Amino acid sequence: MNFNLQWTWFHRLGSPRWFYQKTQRWLPWLAVATFALLVAGLVWGLAIAPPDAKQGNSFRIIYLHVPASVVALAGYYIMAISGAVGLIWRIKLSFMLMRSAAPIGAALTFVALVTGAIWGKPTWGAYWVWDARITSMLILLFLYFGVIALRHTYSNNEAAEKAGAVLSLVGMVNVPIIYKSVDWWQTLHQPATIKFTGAPSMHPDMFAPLVVMIIGFYSFYSLALILYTRAEILRREYRASWVKQLVSNQPVEK
Amino acid sequence: MSTAFSAVFWHNSPLIFQGSNSPLTTHTFLKVESLAYERNDAVVFQPVDFALKAGEALQLMGVNGSGKTTLFQLLTGIYTPSCGSISYCGQLVNNCRYEYLSDVLYIGHQSGVKAALTAEENLRWMSPKNTTSEKISAALGAVGLGEYSQIICANLSAGQKRRVALARLMTGQAKLWFLDEPLTSLDKQGVELIEHCMNQHLDQGGAILFSSHQDLAQVKTRNYRLEPFEEVA
Amino acid sequence: MANNLSGGFKAFLYRDLLLAIRDRGDLSKPLMFFLLVAVMVPLAIAPEANKLSAIAPGLIWILALLATLLSIERLFSEDYADGSLEQLLISPNMLMMPILGKITAHWLVIGLPLTLLSPVIAIWFSLPISAMVPMMLSLALGTAVLSLVGAVGAALTLPRQGGVLLALLVMPLYMPVLIFGSATIQSAVDGLNWLAPLAMLAAFLAIATVLCPLAISAGLRIAKNG
Repeated sequence: MNFNLQWTWFHRLGSPRWFYQKTQRWLPWLAVATFALLVAGLVWGLAIAPPDAKQGNSFRIIYLHVPASVVALAGYYIMAISGAVGLIWRIKLSFMLMRSAAPIGAALTFVALVTGAIWGKPTWGAYWVWDARITSMLILLFLYFGVIALRHTYSNNEAAEKAGAVLSLVGMVNVPIIYKSVDWWQTLHQPATIKFTGAPSMHPDMFAPLVVMIIGFYSFYSLALILYTRAEILRREYRASWVKQLVSNQPVEK
Repeated sequence: MSTAFSAVFWHNSPLIFQGSNSPLTTHTFLKVESLAYERNDAVVFQPVDFALKAGEALQLMGVNGSGKTTLFQLLTGIYTPSCGSISYCGQLVNNCRYEYLSDVLYIGHQSGVKAALTAEENLRWMSPKNTTSEKISAALGAVGLGEYSQIICANLSAGQKRRVALARLMTGQAKLWFLDEPLTSLDKQGVELIEHCMNQHLDQGGAILFSSHQDLAQVKTRNYRLEPFEEVA
Repeated sequence: MANNLSGGFKAFLYRDLLLAIRDRGDLSKPLMFFLLVAVMVPLAIAPEANKLSAIAPGLIWILALLATLLSIERLFSEDYADGSLEQLLISPNMLMMPILGKITAHWLVIGLPLTLLSPVIAIWFSLPISAMVPMMLSLALGTAVLSLVGAVGAALTLPRQGGVLLALLVMPLYMPVLIFGSATIQSAVDGLNWLAPLAMLAAFLAIATVLCPLAISAGLRIAKNG
């Protein structure tokens, strides 16, 4: 956009074009790092780490389940904070990040739930147990769905993003409340603890690959977020001349 | 029973004000500079520049969809401009928002008339606090709804509801009027009535910004045309 | 001219009450729903007193929640349609007070009657008398929170109304209220301290009263944009 008016929401740091060009350069490195971390973590966790005393080999699903849930929850906060930044400073790029974060977070939450169910069968005998953490994860999934569904209510892009930001913020305030409430509710009804072996109380040999996987998942999240945001930038800025130039320089093969 | 309830507990809308104390001479009320708004990644109209002085009526012109309603929404603060500034009596509107909005009377496309209330209750809600019952009856009478003042607005026609909304022009004390297509649904008599109200307001030193597809015969207006946006390459 | 902080609360409270009284049909529908579904439960599950009283605390709460959800959509939809919302948004006063006034009117019309009707359902489900007062207190506080949080959803879904999206948005936010509300009743039935979960409900009400109007006024402005 190249006219001499001073657009109040224009921040150089928040310029979509700047983001697109900067990420172009270090995207390949990030992809390599993600791949390396995930492969290393998986091999270490699934093959090399010693089997658990009580659960045998079935505990190995933890190397997918725990990172997925950690990043899914963090992802919600990332989404809410991007929304807040976009609302307060009116930075368009921030809204685009928020918009991309929603489906990625929802997918990760889903992965966490499914892997949790797969873990549940051999461990407790049932695919689903109303454990505090799993129930909170399920509610988180619905919070994500809400944000995704809300954007389709609005025909105006800007309004859709602002509404999504408000909803994410309301959800963000609620996530600790929900978690604590469900935790309290669960202790009320199940005094006999069927606790997961919490991560810190794990043997270091099992814990180390978990850390690698968590970092790998964060890296994967960043990669997915950047890719989604780049696509979103192209979609939203299609009228800008730099996008037209980009598109015309690359032959479309379909 | 509900009318008794209404009589005992009625509160005027806290939204309607007496207006602020700015002087009323040939004084620039509103100054708009390079105002533009981006919607769905497209700029709605060519940046707008105009000034509105006391005693002046400005008619917004433009084809359907050119953004006249959007401009009103920008001026009343419902939308935040993407660029440009609005000044009221020399001060940026962001700094004197309270005084500015207290002095604005805006009637948009929708009447703001509640269907479950009577015409009189609706007008009372939309008028300043100290408006006497006589003034309200007089205003309703002036718009031709004298016998309908106790009728629930759900039973009034669209044109009659519009008249209830426009009766605000007679009871209101705001200096700046923003009227978005005030003449829709009005018959010839209604149009003459509105023109009369507008002239009275202008004589008292108020200012009017309105949009209309019809030209007003009785009111002296300046025109301003909204142009569609053209990107400079 | 100073901003009048209390300006608007009473005016909007009385106006919304007046509108509700004029439109009597809408008043009774959620309450009828509450009672009707309560009748369906023994028919569908079992009429044995011990089975019913086992599920009663949670069930009463779920019914109250659903009845509130049904009615909350109307909070802003009429104002949005006839232009009153627009006039509200261009008011120089803060939006918080009119919003709180409207929500209070909604609670007086839906939540309070629900609370007063609940003993009927309690008797239908053989809930012990000792649990009556805790139940009504939990409903009184809890439905107020439900109205506040539901209003946030109502404001955000104004451009395209149709109950399901509203339910999807606010259900996750309702869950803590549900948990502590039914826990209050259950604790009373079990003879435990029911003031503790009730205090949590009161805390939720305090937080919601402060934070929800912020979210609602943001949502109302956004709805006008979209």
